[in-house]
Amino acid sequence: MFEIFGIPSQALFGQLLIGLINGSFYALLSLGLAVIFGMLNIINFAHGAQYMLGAFAAYLLLQLTGIGYWPALILAPIIVGIIGIVIERTMLQWLYKLDHLYGLLLTFGLALVIEGVFRNYYGSSGQPYQVPSSLAGGHNLGFMFLPNYRAWVIVASLIVCFGTWFVIEKTRLGSYLRAATENPTLVRAFGINVPRMITLTYGFGVALAAFAGVMAAPIYNVSPQMGSDIIIVVFAVVVIGGMGSIMGAILTGFSLGIAEGLTKVFFPEASSTVIFVIMAIVLLTRPAGLFGRG
Amino acid sequence: MLDRAPLLSVKNLEAWYGESHILHGVDFDVFPGEVVTLLGRNGAGKTTTLKSVMGIVGQRKGSVKMEDAELIRLTSDKIAKTGIAFCPEERGIFSSLDVQENLFLPPQLRPGGLSAERIFELFPNLKERLHSQGTKLSGGEQQMLAIGRILRTGARLLLLDEPTEGLAPVIIQQIGNTIKMLKDQGFTILLVEQNFRFASTVADRFYIMEHGKVVERFANSELDAKREKLHEYLGV
Repeated sequence: MFEIFGIPSQALFGQLLIGLINGSFYALLSLGLAVIFGMLNIINFAHGAQYMLGAFAAYLLLQLTGIGYWPALILAPIIVGIIGIVIERTMLQWLYKLDHLYGLLLTFGLALVIEGVFRNYYGSSGQPYQVPSSLAGGHNLGFMFLPNYRAWVIVASLIVCFGTWFVIEKTRLGSYLRAATENPTLVRAFGINVPRMITLTYGFGVALAAFAGVMAAPIYNVSPQMGSDIIIVVFAVVVIGGMGSIMGAILTGFSLGIAEGLTKVFFPEASSTVIFVIMAIVLLTRPAGLFGRG
Repeated sequence: MLDRAPLLSVKNLEAWYGESHILHGVDFDVFPGEVVTLLGRNGAGKTTTLKSVMGIVGQRKGSVKMEDAELIRLTSDKIAKTGIAFCPEERGIFSSLDVQENLFLPPQLRPGGLSAERIFELFPNLKERLHSQGTKLSGGEQQMLAIGRILRTGARLLLLDEPTEGLAPVIIQQIGNTIKMLKDQGFTILLVEQNFRFASTVADRFYIMEHGKVVERFANSELDAKREKLHEYLGV
């Protein structure tokens, strides 16, 4: 073991790893928020509750049907994504022409209802969810111990985040999405079914939150308030990155996770506030965010 | 030409933006293969007429028929699939897309659209700037892009809203040549123009609009006889 700035390497890299893990969840969640805001102009306050729904879907699939982690990683986002599609079709679609505040209030109310229902049935304490046996254990890298599951979370979220970025920025489907974000009326006049695209985009954004929820289940346990714990930080990440910026959401998510982890090592008292301090500085110097246009 | 069935037939078309009643019963026909121009002063309802045909105004009633298909209750994506393409006055170039993405954005909805090679023959500037951001092009190049991208779709009827607005004379001439070439290739074009001199070189027939209605109609061959009317309605 060696020391860096007087800090044992195990402690430093351990906190860096925790920062990267948190950053993975920040990136996945802020990416979903950015995709939804870009296309729907809705600030989705239900995102944390949908992340929690993903974790509970995995938990319930295991408890009720015996379906394990790997199938749940696919099934839970699909199930929660469909719930998102129903929410968009029955509620959100009526709010697009109204002020942002209405969408914010509706999704905030939905988050409270969803969390309240789960708290009623499962209480506030977390339900345990086992790390899949294929990812149990870890590797001693010499300077730190790396648990396999945590390495998987970082790799999987990097793949999903950059895969999403690639689809949006580099494919024909992505060009439809970007164009519809700018001028949905004209895109629809080109023969593209924009309302269906909006519905599927919301479903996809919600599915991303659920995917993050499934991945979080073995690390943080499954609890009704797990979404509300993380969502405020995620909104700070989105504001710092720039509302609606895809790459901004990804890079800011990972960077702020690392910044938070390093602050825990060097100045632990500030670790829970550092992201909000950065948000205040960014808002004062670049109100549109680090990657936002305008 | 007029003994054939119209490709587009508009009858008693009314349209509203919110509470504002803009069109008050517009009637006109466009026959296959012709270039028809809607003329009129600012605020006469020309652009609203194009948008109403395309289904992108808030509320409309009356009848808009593409051949036998009634469009008045269809959404704009379904209207596009009947073979109509719209090039808006503000050109609608997407800033988050490069030239290539802008050009290939509208899907091919029907057979018969121009190939990309043919579009690059018409507008060689576009080929040279494929990877530039769409909104970084000059006004003339953006207009070429806006027209070029709807030629791929297989649409038979092109709705062009003020394609010469703000362009240099040499570019206007190029747009005029393109419209004549498209007419020769069998495209039908409904044009909205303020530039009467330009319209008189490309259009087969004219409709003059005032206060949300068609108040005069005549063929290109009748232009000289209608000078007085044109002066009265348009000040030209």
